[in-house]
Amino acid sequence: MLRLDGVTKVFRTGVFGRAAFTAVSDVTFDVEQGEIVSLIGESGSGKTTVGRMILRLTRATAGAVTMDGRDVATLGRTDVRAYYGSVQGIFQDPFSSYNPVFKVDRVLGMIRTNYLPGMSDADWKAKVRGSLEAVGLEPADVLGKYPHQLSGGQLQRLLIARALMLELRFLVADEIISMLDASTRIDVLNLLGDLRARGLGVLFVTHDLALGNYISDRTIILRRGRVVEMGSTRKVFDRPAHPYTQMLLTSVPHLSEKWGAGAVEAPTALDDASDGPLRPIDDDHFVAI
Amino acid sequence: MAAAGQQADLLATPEVAMTGEGATGEDGGPRGARSEILHFAFRNTKLVVGLTVVLAFLTLAIVGPWLTDATPFEFGYPLGEPPSRAHWLGTTSPGQDVYAQFVYGLRSSFIVGALAAAVAAALGMAIGFVSGYLGGVVDEVLSMLTNIVLVIPTLAVLIIVSAYLSVGSLFSEAMLIGLTSWPWAARAIRAQTFSLGSRDFVSLARLSGQSTVKVIVREIAPNMSSYLFLTFILLFGGSVLTAATLDFLGLGPSQVMSLGLMMNNAVSNAALQLGMWWWFIPPGIGITAVVGGLYIMNVGLDEVFNPRLRRT
Amino acid sequence: MSLAVDNLRVYYRTLRGDVKALDGVTFGVADREIMGIAGESGCGKTTLGKSLIRLDSRMRVVEGTVTLDGVRMPIEDDRAMNEYRFRDVSIVPQYAMSALNPIRKIGRMISELLTARGVSYDETFPELSRRLALVGLGDAVLDRYPIELSGGMKQRVVMVLSTLLNPSLLIADELTSALDVSTQKAVAEMLVEFRDRGFVKSTIVITHDLSVLYQIADTILVMYAGKLVEKAPAAELTASPKHPYTQLLLASLPEVGVRFAEKRLTGIPGRPPSLLNPPKGCRFRARCPLAFDKCAEEPPFTEVAPGRYAACWKAAA
Repeated sequence: MLRLDGVTKVFRTGVFGRAAFTAVSDVTFDVEQGEIVSLIGESGSGKTTVGRMILRLTRATAGAVTMDGRDVATLGRTDVRAYYGSVQGIFQDPFSSYNPVFKVDRVLGMIRTNYLPGMSDADWKAKVRGSLEAVGLEPADVLGKYPHQLSGGQLQRLLIARALMLELRFLVADEIISMLDASTRIDVLNLLGDLRARGLGVLFVTHDLALGNYISDRTIILRRGRVVEMGSTRKVFDRPAHPYTQMLLTSVPHLSEKWGAGAVEAPTALDDASDGPLRPIDDDHFVAI
Repeated sequence: MAAAGQQADLLATPEVAMTGEGATGEDGGPRGARSEILHFAFRNTKLVVGLTVVLAFLTLAIVGPWLTDATPFEFGYPLGEPPSRAHWLGTTSPGQDVYAQFVYGLRSSFIVGALAAAVAAALGMAIGFVSGYLGGVVDEVLSMLTNIVLVIPTLAVLIIVSAYLSVGSLFSEAMLIGLTSWPWAARAIRAQTFSLGSRDFVSLARLSGQSTVKVIVREIAPNMSSYLFLTFILLFGGSVLTAATLDFLGLGPSQVMSLGLMMNNAVSNAALQLGMWWWFIPPGIGITAVVGGLYIMNVGLDEVFNPRLRRT
Repeated sequence: MSLAVDNLRVYYRTLRGDVKALDGVTFGVADREIMGIAGESGCGKTTLGKSLIRLDSRMRVVEGTVTLDGVRMPIEDDRAMNEYRFRDVSIVPQYAMSALNPIRKIGRMISELLTARGVSYDETFPELSRRLALVGLGDAVLDRYPIELSGGMKQRVVMVLSTLLNPSLLIADELTSALDVSTQKAVAEMLVEFRDRGFVKSTIVITHDLSVLYQIADTILVMYAGKLVEKAPAAELTASPKHPYTQLLLASLPEVGVRFAEKRLTGIPGRPPSLLNPPKGCRFRARCPLAFDKCAEEPPFTEVAPGRYAACWKAAA
């Protein structure tokens, strides 16, 4: 359904744009309907840039992002609107995602104006109610309120409800729960699971391995803009093959066992020049070695 | 990289602790914020003092001319008389009524100030918003334009232009000033637009199919409203001052009385040496008070809008 | 007892009234103990950390005392606390690494800070150098600007700086929140090392991340809505929590190994109460699955088992 082919993004920086910074380098993967793919990386890995390219908020420097075979960068104006009718994104900071001078209803209202103009008021109210219930929100609790009156969890759920009002096929969820309290995180994450059951494809961008392991079917490990390991979540987590993945897994703090006493290789010691192209080492398990 | 935690910034403030079941829901966002702003506004000395001064002179400019039958250019009054009951601010050497000149001059100052500020603000906003939001080549070109106009010594240009094109009316004077004082507003607005444009709600608006113009007008501008207001007031003050300077140099409209023109006349008639204080002190005070009042208002307003500058 | 906090109440002044951010907190931290304070947003842990060093002018100490090494700390008085800051009590605040002045070289910033505190930079330099080497940074870092350093490096510089004068109490506020998982481990382990080497006596680590606390803290204190709800040695708390809030919180954390398809985790429904007018009785009552009549009366924070404290009528049973 959604495919990235050799996608690269180079940012120009410095005076007159002479310096170049490669955020994403030759990334290839695909996401099918009804599956959640985790894009796991630390800061500077380029994971947010990948999400933004899929959402057409940034243009790829090389390579192509295609939806059902069509390159999303070449879409004309009406096609872009149709694209957003089936592909949406949710970002990390719920409070930054809402315009603070307006009520939260407005984010739903924008969808109505641009995508469902002919709908009657009664139908619209029913649709809103249905979407809110699907994400576990009470209409009376959230409608007519301003963003600062609601919690981060409610705001993120409202954004998911907004995405559901369209005939969505793909969702980019960029660190959507990292700014939420621990007690509400899991409920929002479970919502992604419910969306998957409805046939939605989700790219779950995160730095948190435990979350990726919990919810996703396949996992992609990104390091400095390159894919270093990729495959079914179970295989990547149970038998990590790339030293970077192994390092990440040993650094995650657990609640039942202490960090190993053995010294862990610092990330900088891993020579990324040794990363070759992605090679399959098992059915649905690829490593760049 | 943002914190992988809760709304960490809000943790240390009481705001987050106030939402929840017990929260007062009636205080809607901007409405609640507005009453909070008014609360601080009335308590801010600078704002109150500045506003009072400006409003006082504005009242004088509107009402003053109604209180006298004399007109600024009318001759025939006693020559060079100090203030008296007949002529509240005395008369000029050639026999004109100073009070009439003063209040009509105030009117001109306000009109030119407001008009020029409006032109400069409109231009500054148009260029600043577009430049800040679109970025890329458009931004490069507009920025270059802004920088060029910014660097040109405005007063020198105005002097030269005024000398060649006779500035006959307040309107043309205002246009001239407006067309040369927009650059710094454009730069400031561009910078603010940059930072606002990177906020997620702008991305979300794009993902909802909003057009560029709509995004600027309905997402970005409302979040900068206090800033735009402050910019307008600063432009107002600056325009009044520039107009007074031009008029003083004799480059303003000569058929319309203005405070600067009054001072020009006073100096050419050696009012200072002759001790005719009633001729040159009122316009001086007028300009200083209006411009100074506006600037002080601005500082006060900044404190009101920006919680971090408040001293309480 | 190195640090003793007794019935501390700290409120924030706002236009709408007092926000009771910290409402009667009593605990102690022993010498060489690392105490972790955990809780979600609005629980008061950051307020607690800040009030121990008095950093915010909107805060008002309503009641309570803080004693460090037997000396009563003048936390209500900003000026008086100046004597103690940096020498006896030191803090690594949230976002410390973003607070480094971008136009100052690190070395210059450190020397300015030390001079402002009446400490000679030249005399302290050998020790500074030694500690920088200890955390894996050379002297070269003193010659760099903050923008040239990575997040982890900045965090380490800030930690060395905060502990330079061997304070009795170090408060680390959300030290690892903004860091990558690998740097997080390095920085957390550094805290333990500083304690082991005697650079600090007692440490308070404030964070929402219980798993990091399990790794490095000796004791964990859980807070909710301005009050203490549970205190226990780290391993015991995570293995068998006694307060319903702690139990639910731990149950909502996904571990590497738990998958959605196999075991669907749940969060805690509802939200923490408003601290403008907190409810009477137990503050967790509205969200607690074990709530019963007696919860209308506020449960005391008492010892329910040796070394285990909880504020819950059910736990005391």
